[in-house]
Amino acid sequence: MRLYLQQLFFLCQKELIALVKDPRLKFMLIVPPILQGFLFGYAANYNLEEVPYAVVDESHGALARDLVSHIDAAPAFDRVVTLSNPPEVADWIDSGDILLAVVIPQDFDELIERGGQAPVQVIADGRNSSIAGLATGYVNQIVQVWNAKRTGGSGITIEARTWYVPNQETQWNFVPSLMAMISFTQVMLLAGMSIAKEREQGTFDQLLVTPLHPSQILIGKAVPPVLVGLFQAVAIFFIARFWFEIPCAGSLPAIIWTLIFFMVSSTGIGLSISAISENMQQVLIYVLVLMIPMALLSGMATPIANMPQVLQAFTYIDPMRFAIDAVRRIYLEGATLFDVRWDFLPMFLIGAVTIPAAGWLFRHKTA
Amino acid sequence: MAGTIVEAAGLVKTFHPKKMPAVTALDHINLSVRTGELTALVGPDGAGKTTFLRLVCGLMDADEGRLTVGGMDVAAGAQAVQDILSYMPQKFGLYEDLTVAENMTLYADLHGVPQDVRKSRFARLLEMTGIAAFTGRLAGKLSGGMKQKLGLACTLVRSPKLLILDEPTVGVDPLSRRELWEILQALTKQEHLSVLVSTAYMDEAALCQTVHVFNHGRILASGTPEELRHIADGRCMDIAPTTAMPMRMLQSHLLDDPGITDAVPVCGKVHFITRKAGGEVAFLSEHPELPAATPSEERLEDAFMILLKEDEEKRNRKSQTSLPSQSPCGRQLSQRESLGDEQSSTIDITVRDLVKKFGDFTAVSHTSFDVHRGEVFGLLGPNGAGKTTTFRMLCGLLPLTSGKLSVAGVDLRTARTEARRNIGYVAQKFSLYSQLTVYENLRFFGGTYGIPALELKERIQEVMEEFDLTDRADHVAGELPGGYKQRLSMAAALIHRPKILFLDEPTSGINPLARRTFWQQIAHLSAKGTTIIITTHFMDEAEYCDRMMIQDHGEMLVLGSPSEIRERMQMPDADMNAIFIAIVEQSRAKQEEEGRKGA
Repeated sequence: MRLYLQQLFFLCQKELIALVKDPRLKFMLIVPPILQGFLFGYAANYNLEEVPYAVVDESHGALARDLVSHIDAAPAFDRVVTLSNPPEVADWIDSGDILLAVVIPQDFDELIERGGQAPVQVIADGRNSSIAGLATGYVNQIVQVWNAKRTGGSGITIEARTWYVPNQETQWNFVPSLMAMISFTQVMLLAGMSIAKEREQGTFDQLLVTPLHPSQILIGKAVPPVLVGLFQAVAIFFIARFWFEIPCAGSLPAIIWTLIFFMVSSTGIGLSISAISENMQQVLIYVLVLMIPMALLSGMATPIANMPQVLQAFTYIDPMRFAIDAVRRIYLEGATLFDVRWDFLPMFLIGAVTIPAAGWLFRHKTA
Repeated sequence: MAGTIVEAAGLVKTFHPKKMPAVTALDHINLSVRTGELTALVGPDGAGKTTFLRLVCGLMDADEGRLTVGGMDVAAGAQAVQDILSYMPQKFGLYEDLTVAENMTLYADLHGVPQDVRKSRFARLLEMTGIAAFTGRLAGKLSGGMKQKLGLACTLVRSPKLLILDEPTVGVDPLSRRELWEILQALTKQEHLSVLVSTAYMDEAALCQTVHVFNHGRILASGTPEELRHIADGRCMDIAPTTAMPMRMLQSHLLDDPGITDAVPVCGKVHFITRKAGGEVAFLSEHPELPAATPSEERLEDAFMILLKEDEEKRNRKSQTSLPSQSPCGRQLSQRESLGDEQSSTIDITVRDLVKKFGDFTAVSHTSFDVHRGEVFGLLGPNGAGKTTTFRMLCGLLPLTSGKLSVAGVDLRTARTEARRNIGYVAQKFSLYSQLTVYENLRFFGGTYGIPALELKERIQEVMEEFDLTDRADHVAGELPGGYKQRLSMAAALIHRPKILFLDEPTSGINPLARRTFWQQIAHLSAKGTTIIITTHFMDEAEYCDRMMIQDHGEMLVLGSPSEIRERMQMPDADMNAIFIAIVEQSRAKQEEEGRKGA
């Protein structure tokens, strides 16, 4: 046992030295987490700020004016034009000058005075669906607030605030998920490259003739990528916490444990890829082919509930889905490891399948 | 007399690698290549041969000096020069996914060879190189020798005035080598082509009209092979080994003698060069029981070794450092002289009816042999003969199709990993971690072989001293010169003191002086009881083996000691190269005959 661990130690040490000394890998180690951390924080920003919009007020009534003034008052909207009839909206949206138009019908004031319901039409540019959705939702919110105020605060007030992300600042959602995403990318790439690189450089035979047990080689190849992934996840944590000042409700150790668990379960995938690939190019292709669907299905960018049933089923074999869920909940909700325990089971199962698979492929494809 | 096609005067080329001292690759070279002749550049790796060839091709500019090709200044118009020459670099760029014919067409297109001359030219090239039967085969599927011939055919798709070849026969077996040189000789005779070729083989240089010996960017000597041979006049002797003083030991002692420039086994005897004509050899006077040494014919290789060794000594004196003195191997050897008889008793490796098939291709067919403890066993054969496959199965890197195999009592493929502690392995290509330093590599391999941490440090120092690596401990392995890499590979393979050492073409690409030292180390290891399995392309190295096996097309053709094989072939005075060619040709003729009978 002592010998087993000693050999493992030398293997891990060698892997880490080789990692740090390879200028290409060194670049991959440091630049992507920092770059992506900031990039996602700033660029993947779905927050509504000064959305250009138009008003078509056909009623010219006082109530209509009051409603429009409420929308104007919101910092999210910037009225660029006031149109007199609805067909004009098409041109403005086509040209991209406005993203949204609010159409108030002729009988608006009348209908409301009568105590009935008055339809307000919101036309959004669907070409930018996420902004359109957010903006429409926000207009809806404003209208409801206005409704409530007008009826004197009595009755049911619907306040649509998004929980945990109070002002719908999407970076709050994104940056913590990035911890899982980045560490996953690194683990897949490094674990994937590890064996293929040795094969390409001809060092793999030399490794196979040593008395190392296949399990030692696999563990030795899995540990360094996990360490690197962890290092990067922590870097993202600090960017999120101290640069974007996203308050962390949970504990860092809980996040780290979740990520370690997650990375170990995904090294199985990386090592399997490595065992069947002849060279590093092949690894890169496999990793890319797998990464994109996994990221999409993880629910990082789009809610899983919005996906078709078939795809939702697929998300259950995506370890990233559960890692992102757990990290988000710990970070934003302050959930404990016990609260997110059900996220661990699927990750465990995925690891329990892929790690032995990697071992099998390693023994049977390495000749 | 014919004119000259290449004229170099005072040529200087210096490289400035990053963070390293500048390297003078060419130091005031004066050289001329005569029209219609074969001219050879010989010298160890890094002597400046390739740099010179690349300058002639106009692929680089010289720092100083004048260089003309066909009367044109290369520096002034590289394109004009390139129009009259064809260059085949060491690694010729064949497209492995294209067929032989497609490769040739592609090169013809690239060189703008007109359609009407192509047909006859292709036919002639294919016939000359003997690859006509394979035009539909993918270039990647050709053997090493055939690839070189195809490379040559592609280089010659147009008719150049000057053909430049950079080590065209590296990694090519003797048979293919001979065929390639027959082509080159035919080209100069029939087409009056001028050929400038660099080579590591002296027997190839001996076929040329002029030979230039390079070392450290300077020319040590130039002349016809005949003229150069005279350098060794009266200094070459042969001495036969005895049972008490076997070949490797005798050679090792002679190499250590200060009165001797070089010693090498040739045709079952040790061929040695004295420092002076008729010079005294202290070792021989101390051992009167040995048979008398007889004067021997001087070979081009002897002259080359003398030039090289004297130059190295001069350089070492200048830099005030003593020669990395002849390693202590020879001395330690004498203490173990009694081992000779024990060798045959214990069997370390048993192979019975070994078969390896890839799909329906039989790479190794029904091969059986034993290797005894302390024996140096050679696996020889042309490219694609199955020696690497056999070798990899022995190391446990390839599963067997059928048969039985035991190395130190177990089959390494299926045995527990512990069994691998008994073996050391040196791959054909440098295969240690090139980003790690010498020390880190040794620590890693020592550690994986389970050397206890306390002992490891000491053991690393020990092997570093043994293989003369101490001063490079902190150098990154990938940037070491070839000879150092080879020694590091040996050090890593031996760090755990294995019982059996596997060496896959360990001497390809290292200079002749380093090869001598390498074989001295092998002699030392074998005398200590290490069993050594080695594959090699250098047939002269077969003389170092106690026994060897020659394979072709997966079949074992012959098995025995060099002298047994010589006897069996009835070629008592032939060198190994000739014997090898004879054996392979004999077997191929037999196969053809059988094929004809079958049809």
